[in-house]
Amino acid sequence: MMAAIDHLPFIVGSYAAAFVVIAALVAWVTIDFRAQRRALADLEMHGLTRRSAGGPAQRSIEGAKEKA
Amino acid sequence: MALGDLANPSRFLAFANRAIPWLGGLTVIVFAFGLNQAMLAPNDYQQGATVKIMYLHVPSAWLSMMAWAVMTVAALGTLVWRHPLADVAAKAAAPIGGAFALLCLITGSLWGRPEWGTYWVWDARLTSELVLFLLYLGVVALWRTVEDPARAARAAAILTLVGAIDLPIIKFSVDWWNTLHQGASFGLEGSTIYPTILFPLLIMAAAFMLLFATLQLAAMRNEILRRRVRTLRLMRARTAS
Repeated sequence: MMAAIDHLPFIVGSYAAAFVVIAALVAWVTIDFRAQRRALADLEMHGLTRRSAGGPAQRSIEGAKEKA
Repeated sequence: MALGDLANPSRFLAFANRAIPWLGGLTVIVFAFGLNQAMLAPNDYQQGATVKIMYLHVPSAWLSMMAWAVMTVAALGTLVWRHPLADVAAKAAAPIGGAFALLCLITGSLWGRPEWGTYWVWDARLTSELVLFLLYLGVVALWRTVEDPARAARAAAILTLVGAIDLPIIKFSVDWWNTLHQGASFGLEGSTIYPTILFPLLIMAAAFMLLFATLQLAAMRNEILRRRVRTLRLMRARTAS
């Protein structure tokens, strides 16, 4: 038991480090997902969609390109 | 859904959207069980309670190597088969693998101080794991430096294949050199770890693998969305000019 108390800071430090690293990874993917989704929504709000989505805005862009 | 269907990014996104909440939930449950078992496990007769650091150190070491193995397969997918999701998978795995390598080094140092009397020694196992961490940093830096994703993917794939040489060096370093780090605990004859300590270790390893799978899927989803944003921005710039 004495050994456990002696080494407690190393054990707690390890688990704290794991918590921080894993929390940072989860925060990174979550924040990044929200940022990308927001950026996509913003672009779609301005009438831009992917070709495969085939929305009216995309068709108008394609039309503009052909005219040019 | 057939596995081949996932090669299509839109189908992959639909799959990821469905799978991530389930995988995340399962990860939390297995982590809770694994941590509970780790805390209840007996102390080692030599190391005492510091053996509890093993439940984090060993799975993070395994995951740091597994993530590079995933990147190596993805690198082949990029260079040989030109699979549409290969470089997405490689790019997503790099920071996650790097984080596990960092965690392995931190927990290893914190375990080494009470057991060996030092946080760090230039031992073959420790040094080769440090090299792996630096390789991860190199791949992440490469992805961030080259703007065109296709060019960045090829450069990162080459670095990944070269870096894969480090994996057998890490694995066999304790056999090839006289190291302070202990020898392998798992071999063809089974494990040298006592079952009451081995069981929590395997549960924690399963939890770490589930965590990796969840984060990998989520990071791949982000990368596909990022490429869509990039494509739309390029389209907007072209139509504006």
